[in-house]
Amino acid sequence: MRAFEYIAPTTVGEAVTILAGKGDRVRPLAGGTDLIVQLRRSILDVDLIVDIKKIPELNAITYRPGEGLTLGAAVPCHRIVEDADIVRVYPGLVDAAALIGGTAIKGRATVGGNLCNAAPSGDSIPAMIVLGAICTIMGPEGVRSVPVERFCTGPGKTVLGVDELLVSIHFPPPVAHSGACYLRFIPRHEMDIAVAGVGASVVLNAEGTTIAMARVALGAVGPTPLYVEAAGAALRGKAPSEESFSEAARLAQEGARPITDVRGTEAQRRHLVGVLTRRALRGAVERAKGGTANGR
Amino acid sequence: MSKDKRSIAGTTDYQVVGTRPPRYDAPDKLTGRALFGADTNLPGMLYGKMVRSPHAHARIRSIDTHRADCYPGVYAVVTAQDFRWAEDSNADLDESAVNFRYLHENMLAQEKVLYVGHPVAAVAASSVHVAEEAAKLVEVQYDVLPAVTDVRAATEPGAPLLHEQMMTQSLSKPSQMPSNIASHIQLVKGDPSQGFAQADVIVEREFTTSTVHQGYIEPHACTAWWGLDDNLTVWTTTQGAFGMRDKLAKLLDHPMSSIRVIPTEVGGAFGGKLPIFIFLEAVAGLLSRKANRPVKMTMTRAEVFLATNPTSGAYMKAKVGVTREGRITAAQAELYFEAGAYPGSHIIGYSGFAAGFMFAPYDIPHGQIDAYDVVVNKPRTAAYRAPGVTQANFPAEQVIDELAVHLGMDPITFRLKNVAREGTGLIDGASHGSIGAEEVLRAAQSSAHYSTPLSGPYRGRGVAQGYWGNWGARSSCTISVNGDGTVSLVSGSVDLSGTRTTVAMQAAEVLGISLDRIKSSVGDTDSIGYTEASGGSRTTFATGIAAITAARDVIAQMRGRAALWWGVQDQDVTFDRGIFTAHQGGDLQMIFAEVAGKLSETGGAVTGVGNVDPQGWGGAFGTHIADVQVDPETGKVDILRYTVVQDVGKAIHPSYVEGQMQGGAVQGIGWGLYEGYQYNTQGDMINPGFLDYKIPTMPDVPMIETVMVEVPGPNHPYGVRGVGEVPIVPPPAALANAICRAIGVRVTGLPMTPARILEAMGVI
Amino acid sequence: MAAKIRVCAKINGEGVEFLCEPRQSLLECLRDILGLTGSKEGCNDGNCGACSVLLNGRVVNSCLVLGVEIDGQEVTTVEGLADWRGLHPLQQAFLDNAALQCGYCIPGILIASKALLDREPSPSEERIRTWLAGNLCRCTGYDKIVRAVQDAAARLTQARQEVNR
Repeated sequence: MRAFEYIAPTTVGEAVTILAGKGDRVRPLAGGTDLIVQLRRSILDVDLIVDIKKIPELNAITYRPGEGLTLGAAVPCHRIVEDADIVRVYPGLVDAAALIGGTAIKGRATVGGNLCNAAPSGDSIPAMIVLGAICTIMGPEGVRSVPVERFCTGPGKTVLGVDELLVSIHFPPPVAHSGACYLRFIPRHEMDIAVAGVGASVVLNAEGTTIAMARVALGAVGPTPLYVEAAGAALRGKAPSEESFSEAARLAQEGARPITDVRGTEAQRRHLVGVLTRRALRGAVERAKGGTANGR
Repeated sequence: MSKDKRSIAGTTDYQVVGTRPPRYDAPDKLTGRALFGADTNLPGMLYGKMVRSPHAHARIRSIDTHRADCYPGVYAVVTAQDFRWAEDSNADLDESAVNFRYLHENMLAQEKVLYVGHPVAAVAASSVHVAEEAAKLVEVQYDVLPAVTDVRAATEPGAPLLHEQMMTQSLSKPSQMPSNIASHIQLVKGDPSQGFAQADVIVEREFTTSTVHQGYIEPHACTAWWGLDDNLTVWTTTQGAFGMRDKLAKLLDHPMSSIRVIPTEVGGAFGGKLPIFIFLEAVAGLLSRKANRPVKMTMTRAEVFLATNPTSGAYMKAKVGVTREGRITAAQAELYFEAGAYPGSHIIGYSGFAAGFMFAPYDIPHGQIDAYDVVVNKPRTAAYRAPGVTQANFPAEQVIDELAVHLGMDPITFRLKNVAREGTGLIDGASHGSIGAEEVLRAAQSSAHYSTPLSGPYRGRGVAQGYWGNWGARSSCTISVNGDGTVSLVSGSVDLSGTRTTVAMQAAEVLGISLDRIKSSVGDTDSIGYTEASGGSRTTFATGIAAITAARDVIAQMRGRAALWWGVQDQDVTFDRGIFTAHQGGDLQMIFAEVAGKLSETGGAVTGVGNVDPQGWGGAFGTHIADVQVDPETGKVDILRYTVVQDVGKAIHPSYVEGQMQGGAVQGIGWGLYEGYQYNTQGDMINPGFLDYKIPTMPDVPMIETVMVEVPGPNHPYGVRGVGEVPIVPPPAALANAICRAIGVRVTGLPMTPARILEAMGVI
Repeated sequence: MAAKIRVCAKINGEGVEFLCEPRQSLLECLRDILGLTGSKEGCNDGNCGACSVLLNGRVVNSCLVLGVEIDGQEVTTVEGLADWRGLHPLQQAFLDNAALQCGYCIPGILIASKALLDREPSPSEERIRTWLAGNLCRCTGYDKIVRAVQDAAARLTQARQEVNR
């Protein structure tokens, strides 16, 4: 590896000051499970690493019913999957956080880092999109908010300026009769990057007979994770049935832009989008009705 | 213990053989004290790194090391120019004959690079990071050439030629035109056309398998120290210290006695760490001499995938004919095997077995196999257990299975109708010795697994049988007796899988002492006689015989010492189960430890020696049963149940034999479902890491049930047969046969990924 | 070259102090600076688990942690499992169940297994396999490893019951 300096600030302000004025020669370090690999492979080259794990806001999990969940950008996945509130209220997020790598990766990897790494296949991203999550970003000019579906702009690219830091991600409180689910396809049983991933969320009426609102987002089938508005829109007012799921799946397939690469073929991915959309919708509906199954 | 573990044991009552003592090396391995290839650290040590070709095929125009030489922290830089040029001779060392010039070029290229990762230079520096940065500063000018990475494309006219002077060696079809086909062999038995004419049903299909890596978790690593006394010491992870030493002597033009190779513990090898091509050690040695410091060289995981020796991918055609009653009349095959960058893949001759063994489980009157060894722009291939046989078993056992389905016969019953027995002639002209093929099939048919019905949509059960011939070869062992009756056993066999324990168990059986009275260790090239590399499933057999021989030598000498002590003749002293008895009026007896206590007064040390090259070893058969469930929407395969039935001769340590069966089966499962090198059009391997080269993880496999059948192996006092390799042979075919029953379609390409399965089903 | 940074941490219960470059991973620091060669490099990118250590009680891949990041933290490596009384019950269970062959993956697997049994005293077979998915083994086929972890869980439960009596 090329040599770099290391610094661990303890406030957001300090971190932002350090990032400013160094151009792209400086990177924030959270879990390191993507960053260190990229440095080792010379995909990235930096002069300075800023360890953000000592900044209290970035390590905080704050949940208040009625206000929702605020997740610090440096909260590792293992804390997410073990947090009783998150497991109870946002199982769709836990679906994704539980799939990022194996036990050791989850011991370090963060959802904030998963988002900032902006891989098309980042498992947490479709889940956060369908949960309506919003990013809080701090820079020299102050704070701004960006919905997760607009955060990634290309493979490895985000809306972050070189002097900006992702501070936290906010999840609105779930409305009644809502449920979300994230599923992905991999060839083994663990430890793989998704060949295709689908996040789905639904809001049902009180009787559970009609879908009031739905969101569908796709991973690993485009240059960024994709929010397919048409697929969710098509479910509005429909009964939660295999027929409506299939129509949403068809629209999701239409919205996908898969390629053939080392992990899968274009045809396979487009097909899987259909399969996973149906399964994720089943899981989301089941959770909206108060069940626990995830549609597999 | 496996639930379904049955052993049809012999009736001999052994004291040590057949028990399950703890391994000698376990405490050190469990506590992190065991030293592997990268764990040797010496004062003043430097770190070496290779400079490697980024191109799959290119001519080297120039190599300029100037900027690397000047980089702060660099102590030495070497290229091929630093080695004395070796003649174009055959070094008949190890499992395959190797053209020495190829060995040299593969180690550090001078004229051409033939695969991405091919080494061209090396640097030694103060830290691994400095070495990596310095390596980037070596400037190599290449003339890039078109690359060919597919074995069929390499045989087409107009394909880029790797070795412009190479012509196909063949007895039946010799050629005068340069070709990527290095050699062709043809095996014929009887009259195949007549055989097929007699058949009522013929199945003929084409198959492909991918290049696959042995996937040992420990990368290649060594520490070399060329001292000022001109002695070179190399600590390295290798399957064969002596083969390594002899190759280093030639590569470095240095006397064998001035080179000491100390084998470290080995973190997995499976044929990938045989000293056939020397990847690091000679270069590390030369860097050490130039820098006058010890040099450690390790490989990254990417380097292991790109630039060591995976096993061949292949394109194969198989055709088998059978009568309506279920008798096979003829078999025919064409095998095109990847040799990688240099000739010599595992089809032919001393190290080639695919052609010879693919139909070895069966008694087939007529057959013909044409096998082609084809160079491609990939690293030179080597064995991944049972070299070449897993590849050829994939078509053979699928075609056999398809015939069974066609005839409406149970797949094991069909195989039993055609099973090979002692004396059955093989297609290569050899005959089977004492084998357990029939016993294994019958044990499989009556196993708990096979007797349990499997039902449900998209579920299927597959069976496949495989054969591996095993090996003997040279082994050396010494046993020295200590004054308290304990002994020190040293053998030359690198311990890959517990053999230092199983070898000692055989010695303990002869000596009549308990295993904890033996200290068993692996020697280095200065401390024991020449021993062939560990591989071929030979060690428990051949080094066991060496240990038995040494133990018998010890007993013979100690009988003489007891006789001396008692004042009787040697022939009046007998030995049985640890007790020396003099038959001369009255009962004079001493146990082993008592005689040991008298050695210093009766002539001094007793050291038993066993230098052997045993012949007549027995081959091994395995039948695997796989139950799978396929997700018809995604093509994903779940293995519900898996059983390995195998003829193990005599299980010296049953737990270790089970471990070999289970480990080999899971490797074969990876080969069948997940693993394969992938290339882009420039000839770059695009998955050189454990993320995208997918070996099985713990949740991918169920418990592997084992059934050990013991048909004593010939020519070994305890009936040992090699067990380590045959378990990797049947899994891909067993899984393919199971998948076929689950989805109704045969998948003929490896790996059988979800995408391939969906394509076979017509879903995508 | 960046100046070295002084790191103070607790490793296997002992306070240590060392200097390292920021680019040196925790794995490199353990192996090359502190002489703890029990943790192994298999891939250096978080996909094999041979380098697994406990960081503040959590399993992590030490190849993906920088040495400088453990300042003020606690690390447990395989060398810290056995003590003056002998092998840890997990190590003993692996020995008794013949659950190792070449042994290269074993330090990582022991560490990861300990982290599991510290949290879940009676994990199911499926739970064990999923928890250990990031620890690759190429030799054993995993069967005896799973049995050893189950055996160790039973032993630890029994030991706890005996203490509580």
